[in-house]
Amino acid sequence: MDQFTINLLFVGASFALYIGIAIWARAGSTSEFYAAGRGVHPVTNGMATAADWMSAASFIGMAGLIAFTGYDNSTFLMGWTGGYVLLALLLAPYLRKFGKFTVSEFIGDRFYSPTARVVAVICLIVASVTYVIGQMTGVGVAFGRFLEVSNTTGLLIGACVVFAYAVFGGMKGVTYTQVAQYCVLIMAYTIPAVFISLQLTGNPVPALGLFGDHTASGEPLLAKLDAIVAELGFNEYTAHHGDTFNMVLFTLSLMIGTAGLPHVIMRFFTVPKVADARWSAGWALVFIALLYLTAPAVGAMARLNITDMMWPNGASGDPVSVEMIEGDQRYDWMATWQQTGLLGWEDKNGDGRIAYFNDADPETVAKMKEAGWGEANELTNFNRDILVLANPEIANLPGWVIGLVAAGGLAAALSTAAGLLLAISSAVSHDLMKGQLTPNISEKGELMSARIAMAVAIVVATYLGLNPPGFAAQTVALAFGLAAASIFPALMMGIFTKVNNKGAVAGMVSGLVVTLIYIFLHKGWFFIPDTNSFTDANPLLGTIKSTSFGAVGALINFAVAFTVSKMTQPIPQEIEELVESVRVPRGAGAAVDGH
Amino acid sequence: MADQTNHGAEATQKSDAAYWSANVRIIVISLIIWALVSFGFGILLRPMLSGIAVGGTDLGFWFAQQGSIIVFLALIFFYAWRMNKLDREFGVEEE
Repeated sequence: MDQFTINLLFVGASFALYIGIAIWARAGSTSEFYAAGRGVHPVTNGMATAADWMSAASFIGMAGLIAFTGYDNSTFLMGWTGGYVLLALLLAPYLRKFGKFTVSEFIGDRFYSPTARVVAVICLIVASVTYVIGQMTGVGVAFGRFLEVSNTTGLLIGACVVFAYAVFGGMKGVTYTQVAQYCVLIMAYTIPAVFISLQLTGNPVPALGLFGDHTASGEPLLAKLDAIVAELGFNEYTAHHGDTFNMVLFTLSLMIGTAGLPHVIMRFFTVPKVADARWSAGWALVFIALLYLTAPAVGAMARLNITDMMWPNGASGDPVSVEMIEGDQRYDWMATWQQTGLLGWEDKNGDGRIAYFNDADPETVAKMKEAGWGEANELTNFNRDILVLANPEIANLPGWVIGLVAAGGLAAALSTAAGLLLAISSAVSHDLMKGQLTPNISEKGELMSARIAMAVAIVVATYLGLNPPGFAAQTVALAFGLAAASIFPALMMGIFTKVNNKGAVAGMVSGLVVTLIYIFLHKGWFFIPDTNSFTDANPLLGTIKSTSFGAVGALINFAVAFTVSKMTQPIPQEIEELVESVRVPRGAGAAVDGH
Repeated sequence: MADQTNHGAEATQKSDAAYWSANVRIIVISLIIWALVSFGFGILLRPMLSGIAVGGTDLGFWFAQQGSIIVFLALIFFYAWRMNKLDREFGVEEE
């Protein structure tokens, strides 16, 4: 059986499973559609949250970014896990106690202002749509590869699948489907990593193998990797090269953003008790950590494998020959990935060899020129988003592992895209339509407007996903910045302080607007290419990249909210009581539909 | 009668305030540890830890790529356990 058929088989079987579950657990009422009737166990909820959370960015994108940058991209690892601490300590238990369905309902009630609710809905939609763009990038890569078509075709097919999938059921269908998706994606991520770790270090646990010895050379794996990439003129893998201030700020943005993303917070509305909300965040992080502790190993080992393939006799030997790439079965993955347009090589100096090195480093260029390999790097394109999907092929693993990884990558992208579409649609139909514009809308009408909102969101995201503002994980990082600057501060101030309605609205608006403008200035207005005035290599403010600006936005949000709140009337008595009641678990009871 | 009810409500209010400040204290301690392992050991204090070798690199690298995640997990479970205990101490748990 050829690889294409195996991939189709794995992807097809996993899809049949998800759709089967979605039909079996189809949502009947609106309350089930949004919050699964609150009958979800903390462990189940944790697993579903993990699937919801770990998207194309974590699965497809992150290890690639770590592989090609090394230590400096540890920010993704710390940022996307550290946010759960904030979520568990500062938000989850209190929002569960409050007992409504959506994030904007809390903001609207706590700040006794329909305006606050509408502003929250807008913040939520902006962050979520940006997030979906990142997912669509990943979906395009995954579908492009497994259907063996171009990235663009893959993206368009993927968009149709995501849409069909998301309209099928509400949260309940999604919750159990996501448990299945978690199982598929974690197997798909860890199984190849275990194989590769065994090949390179003899240790079956990738997280331990990373800090173990490289079997072939007897040296520590990371020391070996540092040496070989340095020989080719790249930055040492474990060393720190970038700007420390920006690194701190970026990590903080990802952390705050994690705690401010509506589709994750919504999960904590669905556990039975306040105590369970505290445990749920922990369980979610357990399941997330399984992937996040493996990811740095995947990155480092893939980097070593790729470098070894391009320099089969070490960096002082000959580079790989074109003949070998085209003829040797171990190099087949290069031809397959070339079809997607995400991998490219070119024998620029016509010596029949492909030399891979850092041609921005003059010393290395001189060295390569002397050795006769030319002045230019000939591995011209290696899209970071293909690394994880190509990894099992690079390591020459059996066909079924490759099929499994294709299914896992799609599970990751699909589960998150579906969760986000649900958050967007509930914001539009529940908070905007039923809550504000048309309070008398029927249940049927509400479900209909939810589905229309999903359709619009996916069309916009697909269009922008064709020219994404960065690799999957980078686009997703922008979404976190937006959530960090708008939603998180409002929620936190709602629970921990007595900031009033005007303060909250002013804070959210200024946080969102400033951050959005900063991002647009660097990534192009509405992410349209070539409309940017600055680049992240040379940012407007010192060393602060647009991806790191979320933390600054959050600070602005807090500062504006406190200042405005101080200058205006204090909160009324009943809101004071609401804040007091949210702080103690006693009498949480079942949540009620506020409208 | 009315006087007694008022008295009871006042006591609840007082105990709720004590519960809340105990909670805030636990949160602050947890967040100090949270920042120390990630921003501290993982990034800013890494040069200070560079003498401690871990598998071909140093302790700061380990904290940045694995250690901080493990500590985060421990923190969340500690907080859940501690708070559920605190709920019972103050009698504010759900039935």
